[in-house]
Amino acid sequence: MKKIALIIQREYLSRVKKKSFIVMTFLGPLLIAAVYALAIYLAVNSEDMADKKKVVVCDETHALSNIIKGNEKYEFNFSNDKLADLKSNFDSSGNDYLLYIPNKGTNFEGIQLYSDKQPSLAFVKYIEKQLENSLTDKKLSENGISKKIIEELNFSLNIETIRFTDEGEEDGNTSASYMIGMFSSILIYMFIFLYGVQVMRGVIEEKNNRIVEVLISSVKPFQLMMGKIVGIALVGLTQFALWVILTTSITGIIGQKFAQDKSKLMNIENKVAASNSDKSEPAVAATEVLSALSTINYPLIVGCFLFYFLGGYLLYSALFAAIGSAVDSESETQQFMMPVTIPLIFSFIISTSTVVNNPDGPIAFWLSLFPLSSPIVMMVRLPFGVPAWEIITSMLLLVLGFFGTVWLAAKIYRTGILMVGKKASWKEISKWLFYKN
Amino acid sequence: MLSIQSIIKDYEKHRALNNVSMEIPMGSVFGLLGPNGAGKTSLIRIINQITKADAGEIYFKGEKLQEKHIAHIGYLPEERGLYKKMAVADQIVYLAQLKGLSKHEAEKRAKQWFDRLEMKGWWNKNVEDLSKGMQQKVQFVATVIHQPELLILDEPFSGFDPINAEMIKNEFLNLNKEGTTIIFSSHRMESVEELCSHIALINHSEKILEGKVSDIRKEYSKNHYELTYLNSESVDLNGSLAFQTIGNAISSEGKYTQIIQLNAGHQVNDAIAFLMPKIQFNGIQEIIPSINEIFIDQVKHASA
Repeated sequence: MKKIALIIQREYLSRVKKKSFIVMTFLGPLLIAAVYALAIYLAVNSEDMADKKKVVVCDETHALSNIIKGNEKYEFNFSNDKLADLKSNFDSSGNDYLLYIPNKGTNFEGIQLYSDKQPSLAFVKYIEKQLENSLTDKKLSENGISKKIIEELNFSLNIETIRFTDEGEEDGNTSASYMIGMFSSILIYMFIFLYGVQVMRGVIEEKNNRIVEVLISSVKPFQLMMGKIVGIALVGLTQFALWVILTTSITGIIGQKFAQDKSKLMNIENKVAASNSDKSEPAVAATEVLSALSTINYPLIVGCFLFYFLGGYLLYSALFAAIGSAVDSESETQQFMMPVTIPLIFSFIISTSTVVNNPDGPIAFWLSLFPLSSPIVMMVRLPFGVPAWEIITSMLLLVLGFFGTVWLAAKIYRTGILMVGKKASWKEISKWLFYKN
Repeated sequence: MLSIQSIIKDYEKHRALNNVSMEIPMGSVFGLLGPNGAGKTSLIRIINQITKADAGEIYFKGEKLQEKHIAHIGYLPEERGLYKKMAVADQIVYLAQLKGLSKHEAEKRAKQWFDRLEMKGWWNKNVEDLSKGMQQKVQFVATVIHQPELLILDEPFSGFDPINAEMIKNEFLNLNKEGTTIIFSSHRMESVEELCSHIALINHSEKILEGKVSDIRKEYSKNHYELTYLNSESVDLNGSLAFQTIGNAISSEGKYTQIIQLNAGHQVNDAIAFLMPKIQFNGIQEIIPSINEIFIDQVKHASA
C-alpha cells in the first residue's frame, strides 16, 4: 500500500507541476469566459456591426406598403417603376435586394426576391411571416372574426410534469432533466477520453524510457498500474475542480461588469422585444428551466455523477493502460484503441440520441446496466428518474466490471511492459492473458 | 548468499531455463556468462521477482526468496532508463523510497553519493539535460542507494564510455570490498572475467559450467606451454617423454614459436632439461585458457 501511495504521489505531482497543466488550468476557464464574453459582446453590439440592407420593392398590388415593415437590419423602399427597369438598374441603384410582388391571385403567388448574393434564410422567413400574418388577419376579418378574439387566441400552453416519487409528488421538468443529463454525460465522456489517454501515454513513456524494469524490480506491475491510474484520476479531479471554481468566478465577474452597463442591456432587451413577435416564449422557457433546475434531486445526481465519473474512468483507463503496455510508441496504438473507443463513442451517441428521447426504453435500460456504457448512459437517464434497484444494479455491475477489466488489464500489462521492440498482435495479447507470471 | 535450485522457466514456444542450479557465495563477484538468448535475463528476472519460475526454488541467505528481500537487492537492468522530465534528485529519492527507504534517509544518502561522484550541480536538473555518461552515474546511484546486500548488473558496461565504465567498475568493486555480493551478467566474457571471482556459464537454457574462476582455469588448462627459441631454422623437438608438440613451429621476426603439451606426471623442468641442449631458449610460458575459450570449447563439446 505504501508503495502504491508513493506511485500515486509521483504521478500526481509530476503532472500537476507541469507547465502544461498550469497553463491549461488557467486557460480553460479563460477560454470559456472569453467565449461567454464574446457572446455578450456580440449580443450588445451586433446591430451596430452590420450595415442596413436596402430592399427595393416592386409591389404590383399597391397594397402592401403598410404591411411590410423594416427593422434595424432591413429598409424597404417601395417603387413604382416597372420590374424590368428595376432589374436593369439594380447594379447601379445601391440596393441589396429586389422584392417583386405580382398582383396575382389572392394568396400572394409568384413573389420573387432578386439579389447578388443568396439571401439569408432568416430574411426570407421575415418577409414570409409578415405577409402570412397580414393574409391571416385579412382572412379572419373577412370571416367576421375580430382582432380581439385573435389576440385572445394567441396564448401559449405549458404542461407541468409531476412525478410520483417516494417523497410524494415532485415537480419535474423535461428540458431541465435533458440538460443535466446531457451535460453530465458529455463531461464523463470527455474525462474518460482525456485522462484515459494520459494513462496510456504514461505507460508508453515508462516503457520507452526503459525505466519500467527498474521500477518493477521494486514494485509489482499491478501496483505500478494502479498507482498511475489513481494518480492521474486525482490530476483530473484537481483540474476539474479548479475549472469549476475559476470558471464560475471569472464568468461571475464578467457578468457583473456587464450588469453595470444596465441601460445598454435594457436597451437590447427592448430592441429584441420589438423585433421579435414571439419574444416572450424563450424568456419564459428559460425562467422555467431555471426554476425546474432547482427541483432536481441534486444529492443523488451529484453523488451518482461522481460515482460514474470515477467508475467509468477507472474501468476505461485500465484498458488504456493495457494498450500502452502492448505497444512501443503512440503511433502503434491505433489498432488497439478501436475496440476500446468504440463502446465509448457508441454509448455517447446512443445516449445523446435514443436515450434522452426514451429514457425508459429497453436500449436505455440495458445500456445503463452494461459497465462499458453505463457511466455515460445512466447519467442521461438519472434526471428523468430511475428506480433505485436499477441504479444499484448498474453500480454493482460497474464495480464488478472495473475489477474484471483491471484483472484483465493487469495480465496484459505485466507481460506487455517487458516486451520491448516487439510488435504485439491481437493474437499475442490474448495469449498474454493465459501466461503464468 | 543466493542458492538457486533446479529452476525451470517455460515460455510459450521454448524453455528459457532448464533445471538451472547455482550457488552464489557471499561476498563474491559472480559472473553470469553466456551468449545472447541463453537465459541470463530470464534468470535475473526470476531472482528480482519480476517473473516467477515454473519450478524450482531460490533461497536468499538461507531463506526462501520473498517480497521483503526486494529491499536487499539492487538491480541494474540491461534495458535501463530514467524519467526524462524529472529532476535527478527527485528521481533518485523516489526510486530509493520504492525500495523502502524513508524520504529523509534517501535524501541524505543521495547527497553523500552526489559528493562522492562529483555530481553536486545536478541536484535539480532534469535528466534530459544531462549527457549520457552523467545519466549513467545517476542510474548507478539509483541502483545502489538502498545499500543492497546483493547487486545484480545486467550487461553493466554496455553503452558506457571507457572513462565512466572504469569509474563505475571501481565503484562496484569498492562496494564488493565493503561486503556487497555482485552478480555481473554479460555475453562478453572477456569484459567481466578479470573482475569475477566465480562464474557460471549458461548456454541454450542450461548451465554448462560453474565454479571459482581459478579452479575452472586450472581444470581447463590443458598443460599447454608456448615455447619460443632463436635458432636459425626450426628444430624437431619430438622424442621426449615429458611432452609432445602440438602443430608445427611458427616463425616470426627471427623467432620460432612452438606449442607443447606437458604429459601427465611431468614438470616443466623435465621439458626444459630435454630442450636445453637442442635450442637457443627465448622463453617458455604456460597458456592459460580464457573464459571465452573455455566457453567455446564447452559449447563445441556439448554439440559434438
